[in-house]
Amino acid sequence: MNASELRSQVLTILGDIAPEADLSCIAPDKSLRDQIDIDSMDLLNFVIALHERLHVDIPEADYPQLATLDGCLRYLSAAIPMSG
Amino acid sequence: MTLEAIVKSPRDWAVEPNLREYDEARRRFSWSQARADLVGPEPGRGLNIAHVAVDRHAAGPAGDCLAIRYLAKSGAVEDVSYNRLRALTNRFANVLKSLGVAKGDRVYVLAGRIPELYLAALGAWKHGSVFCPLFSAFGSEPIRARLTIGASRVLVTTATLYERKVAALRAALPALEHVLLVGDDGATTAVPGTHDLRSLLEAASDEFSLAATEPNDVALLHFTSGTTGTPKGAIHVHEAVVAHHATGRLALDLRPGDVFWCTADPGWVTGTSYGIIAPLTNGVTSIVDEGDFDAERWYRILQDQGVTVWYTAPTAIRMLMKAGVELPRKFDLRKLRFLASVGEPLNPEAVVWGREAFGLPFHDNWWQTETGGIMIANFASMDIRPGSMGRPLPGIEAAIVRKTDEGHVVEVETGAQGELALRPGWPSMFRGYWGDEERYRKCFADGYYLTGDLARRDADGYYWFVGRKDDVIKTSGHLIGPFEVESVLLEHPAVAEAGVIGKPDPVAMEIVKAFVSLKNGFEAGDALRRELLGFARKRLGAVVAPKEIDFRDKLPRTRSGKIMRRLLKAQELGLPLGDLSTLEES
Repeated sequence: MNASELRSQVLTILGDIAPEADLSCIAPDKSLRDQIDIDSMDLLNFVIALHERLHVDIPEADYPQLATLDGCLRYLSAAIPMSG
Repeated sequence: MTLEAIVKSPRDWAVEPNLREYDEARRRFSWSQARADLVGPEPGRGLNIAHVAVDRHAAGPAGDCLAIRYLAKSGAVEDVSYNRLRALTNRFANVLKSLGVAKGDRVYVLAGRIPELYLAALGAWKHGSVFCPLFSAFGSEPIRARLTIGASRVLVTTATLYERKVAALRAALPALEHVLLVGDDGATTAVPGTHDLRSLLEAASDEFSLAATEPNDVALLHFTSGTTGTPKGAIHVHEAVVAHHATGRLALDLRPGDVFWCTADPGWVTGTSYGIIAPLTNGVTSIVDEGDFDAERWYRILQDQGVTVWYTAPTAIRMLMKAGVELPRKFDLRKLRFLASVGEPLNPEAVVWGREAFGLPFHDNWWQTETGGIMIANFASMDIRPGSMGRPLPGIEAAIVRKTDEGHVVEVETGAQGELALRPGWPSMFRGYWGDEERYRKCFADGYYLTGDLARRDADGYYWFVGRKDDVIKTSGHLIGPFEVESVLLEHPAVAEAGVIGKPDPVAMEIVKAFVSLKNGFEAGDALRRELLGFARKRLGAVVAPKEIDFRDKLPRTRSGKIMRRLLKAQELGLPLGDLSTLEES
């Protein structure tokens, strides 16, 4: 998987959870929760979906690293084999 | 599952609990004495929540003590002493006065846990107005419904929330005269049709002469959800403060010198009764954290702020459990003395997990919006039966009842399941649903307030939650009315019928699940599911909207035409469908 595939996967998962959100204008360095209306159960479902679709184990202690889009991509690209 | 009782011994007490011996405390307690202890013996002298919570301390030796420490999302920390809080809440009361707001007018607040929310609540009480908090995560539809029912005259909110959720509703809210905006990141606002709250506070005086409020004057409007119809605005009066104070002292063991953290948002009743009022009346330091749940940050707050008494919710505790017991052990949490939980029943494993993680068990307690304060609790001095909500507070008479064929309410035998009921008469009992006398009257029968919760009582007087009598959904400590969710789904052009249930969930207790049937010409599928999900989330907000939507050709109905939510739930859980005639009633 390359960086842009990963980004699109993450956005797809987010879009499944919050279809009403306009993901095109997400500021990648700002907290997702401050920009789109997601509650704590949504966040949990987000992590579960990342685990299922990308086969990454994400310990709870690492959740804060997923708070922003940049953070997510950084964390996931370190955790899964990347190409190109 | 049943876990062994957690036995308490005076040897384990760091300090002697306020409620030392249960039976003795019940014998000696009376509400008139509790009121006299708090505000003096003279009846008819007037009573004001903000005076008891703030001014009383500011006038005495506690004036310079820290009342509230706000932890902002930005990382900024703001400390407010009782003296300072007196001046700031006077300023807010002066702002209301200058706007011509009258005694009894409803002052709504739609905001996260920012300092202005607390000033607005206390300032509104000082002015004799009615404070009504709205959960900031609500979507525009729940906000519109609640502003309309209570005919809000004043709304305090942030510039962002106003723009996203309120501005488009203004034309439909003729009673809403004044909108007071708090700018984001300290900015001044200049939005047409609104005032900049910080500028108004800046210009207002520190001195205010307290409105002459009586014990039975309305102080609070707290919305909750029923199975049918619109949300219900539970009315509470100023003398409720006697119960907030006494229950804070007895059930949460609060005492001067404590650092208390109630994690609930004031949009829900816990965040007002125990997030604003009880800690202040008890003269403790209250921690207010603006941020959302985050396991590591929460442990850091407990450690860095030296929290002694912590009041949180089962969903949060279960999320902490998932994060593991190693995490809390990295922190120095030795200041903690008492842990309590409310919102939905705390599972026995979580009660016991407290001991593993903190060396202290969690103490579950039970109450609801209508009761205004804690009614049944596990006390610091009392053995805990994990999974039980504990025993009634001093001054509270509880019972498990059923309706007889003649329509009377009678107690059931020990151990049997029935409806949890309370004898009216405690000061924080609700005094009505706003504008809905009939629904209020329906809550009472044969001298009981009927709570709508099913429970049983064991031979030693411990109460055990069984479930809800109605279809109200308990999710992450919030009550969601299925009707409110169904109504929004029905507004979508594709939806013919909608039925909404609580689906059991290991973390949230229940999640909101919707079943819909479609009008002719619409096709069930993932695309429509996403569309409906997005539609509902946009209108209701993420905390109220369904997390799952399933399609059905047709939804089951009673002969009278009501959707049978219980049958949908039984099908969802794969339970035997049982006697359908009983479902007719639900």
